[in-house]
Amino acid sequence: MTLEIPRNHPPGNEASTVVVAGTTHHPQAWKWYHYFTFNVDHKVIGIQYLVTAFLFYLIGGLMAVAMRAELATPDADLLEPNLYNAFMTNHGTIMIFFWIVPSAIGGFGNFLVPLMVGARDMAFPKLNAIAFWLNPPAGLLLLASFFFGGGSQSGWTAYPPLSLVTAPTAQTLWVLAIVLVGTSSILGSLNFVITILFMKVPSMKWDQVPLFCWAILATSVLALVSTPVLAAGLILLLFDLHFGTSFFKPDAGGNVVLYQHLFWFYSHPAVYLMILPIFGIMSEVIPVHARKPIFGYKAIAYSSLAICLVGLFVWVHHMFTSGTPGWMRMFFTISTLIVAVPTGVKIFGWVATLWGGKIRFTSAMLFAVGLLMMFVLGGIGGVTLGTAPFDVHVHDTYYVVGHFHYVLFGGSVFGIYAGIYHWFPKITGRMMNETLGRIHFILTFIGTNLTFLPMHELGLQGMPRRVAMYDPQFTSINEICTIGAYVLGISVIPFTINILWSWVAGKKAGDNPWNAMTLEWTTSSPPLIENWEVLPVVTHGPYDYGVHNAEVQTATVTEASA
Amino acid sequence: MAIATTSPSHHEEHQDLRVKGLLAFLISESLMFGGFFATYLFFKGSNEVWPPEGTEVELLLPTINTIILVSSSFVIHFGDTAIKRNDVRGMRKWYIITAIMGAIFLLGQAYEYMTLGYGLTTNIFSNCFYLMTGFHGLHVFVGLLLILGVLWRSRRPGHYSATKHTGIEMAEIYWHFVDIIWIILFTLLYVLTKF
Repeated sequence: MTLEIPRNHPPGNEASTVVVAGTTHHPQAWKWYHYFTFNVDHKVIGIQYLVTAFLFYLIGGLMAVAMRAELATPDADLLEPNLYNAFMTNHGTIMIFFWIVPSAIGGFGNFLVPLMVGARDMAFPKLNAIAFWLNPPAGLLLLASFFFGGGSQSGWTAYPPLSLVTAPTAQTLWVLAIVLVGTSSILGSLNFVITILFMKVPSMKWDQVPLFCWAILATSVLALVSTPVLAAGLILLLFDLHFGTSFFKPDAGGNVVLYQHLFWFYSHPAVYLMILPIFGIMSEVIPVHARKPIFGYKAIAYSSLAICLVGLFVWVHHMFTSGTPGWMRMFFTISTLIVAVPTGVKIFGWVATLWGGKIRFTSAMLFAVGLLMMFVLGGIGGVTLGTAPFDVHVHDTYYVVGHFHYVLFGGSVFGIYAGIYHWFPKITGRMMNETLGRIHFILTFIGTNLTFLPMHELGLQGMPRRVAMYDPQFTSINEICTIGAYVLGISVIPFTINILWSWVAGKKAGDNPWNAMTLEWTTSSPPLIENWEVLPVVTHGPYDYGVHNAEVQTATVTEASA
Repeated sequence: MAIATTSPSHHEEHQDLRVKGLLAFLISESLMFGGFFATYLFFKGSNEVWPPEGTEVELLLPTINTIILVSSSFVIHFGDTAIKRNDVRGMRKWYIITAIMGAIFLLGQAYEYMTLGYGLTTNIFSNCFYLMTGFHGLHVFVGLLLILGVLWRSRRPGHYSATKHTGIEMAEIYWHFVDIIWIILFTLLYVLTKF
């Protein structure tokens, strides 16, 4: 059969009519109800991940705002202390396991990786669907824990012996939820590894693989290696809770530090799981909107793998005050500081990409540049915290909270926002509203800094984490934090309106609104069910802006106001 | 950027990819056992007397069990070579023998559990012992199910052939994995406690 396919192709390659052998597939779109079924298409699964994760984000955000409202005054007058603890635990758990990881890896990874490497789907589509559908039940289990003993109250780390004595039923539900999410993570990750390694379109060389795919590859390897260790730790915890073993009961020969080792062997790599895909998103967004080739492609690609490797050997820096011996503190201080090297490579690569570029400050680019600043600040805080002598003093104070919110909110969530603004046209076929996007960015940026910068000062003054009541001397700084949290809460409203409105009535985007060069922009928006009628042929690198005739056609729509 | 190519059928590739996917999954599984091994070694290192009095292990039955399981790895490999010669009947023969050996192993484990004289909750050594052997036994059981599934499917003539035997290969790889984990477990739980 013969098909007329208008496509972006390099000049001099006037292939407007192609002969397709063996496809009897007529392009069509999924109906709305397909998104509520066990669909195996990677794009549907990606959207399912993003939407469910976003719903969890709203829930977790409401918890955070409630906590900050409670902390506006020194006394526990708004929430019961136990309820505060439950909110604190579930806010952390939801934000990590149900928002950032599913949306960054599951959402963007699923939607983009097959499109970027020129595959028609993931390597194991059914497994992919299984991996997604483990998420909603896990979330329901977690939220159900509020009705059994008032929610798990031992922090998202669930350290024994506290987690063995408070609300055992809720703790059990928590453990089961995390094991389900972990399983989902493992299955999704092995899918990504196989897809990226073996499903590339034949014409794509290894130096033409988009950096997002490198990042997802590193992330997936990390998840594959570290997640099962958490599963082991949680299984031990479950046995301690219900089957009378004593792994973590010191009075019967157990050891609580062992749990911390098992837990952090996963949960430190988990923070790299949350930031590596974001690095990938940055590496995609920045070259496109700066109209320049990425600076140091190989360095950025390999630094992802380096972070993956080094990230497995830093977990004890969470336990400097758990009685770890001196040699261990020294070793893990050094390894923690070494992580800053590949991260710095990336940061400088992006800054050098911006240097002299023709920057278009679209919403996605605003968030990417904001992320650069926020992440550097958070990273500097991380260097201080990774140093054992300093960490001993600020461990379990608000300094830690400030630091990891800088890198998780100012890094991961900004990155997810940037990714949504950048790929929304591809996902839905419609542009997002730039004005609302600007408002959203300004509110988010102000709110983030207002909330989390004072927390560093609070921590240095010695205010402990995870408490509902505090000494009145901290009141004024806490009020600032609370105001910032309200701003952050409000900032989500324009974003949500923007998404809903744009999805229904946004401007039509066309195939390639940003004039980007990676493969996902060569298909229609939203992509066809099998992604392409004919698999694309890679003729140039993913970021060859302004290089040897690799220009793409002008987009069908006028680009967003810059 | 897009030029005409044919739309390939991914069938051949996928045969190959399923094995690679299983290998990736088994790396993950190994790390879960790695967490258990680390737990065990952690307690072994922090206890003067290991195992504590009253929870010693016997060596005879586990050694026989180990020999059975290790040799079953060779047996299942004969089945794999048989199917590569397109010999379905030979494959079935070897796989049935493997399944029987796996079942004997599990029964031996159950007998050992009954005769040891201490349970899961006795002390920290028995915690580790039952948890690790139990989880390994669960994996043996899953491997057994995979082998039985292969046997069930191979009743249909033409389901497996010299060119199409990914399922058989995967069952074999999984069985080898279970075997390797057992060797490490046997070393840690039985051999090292005697020295």
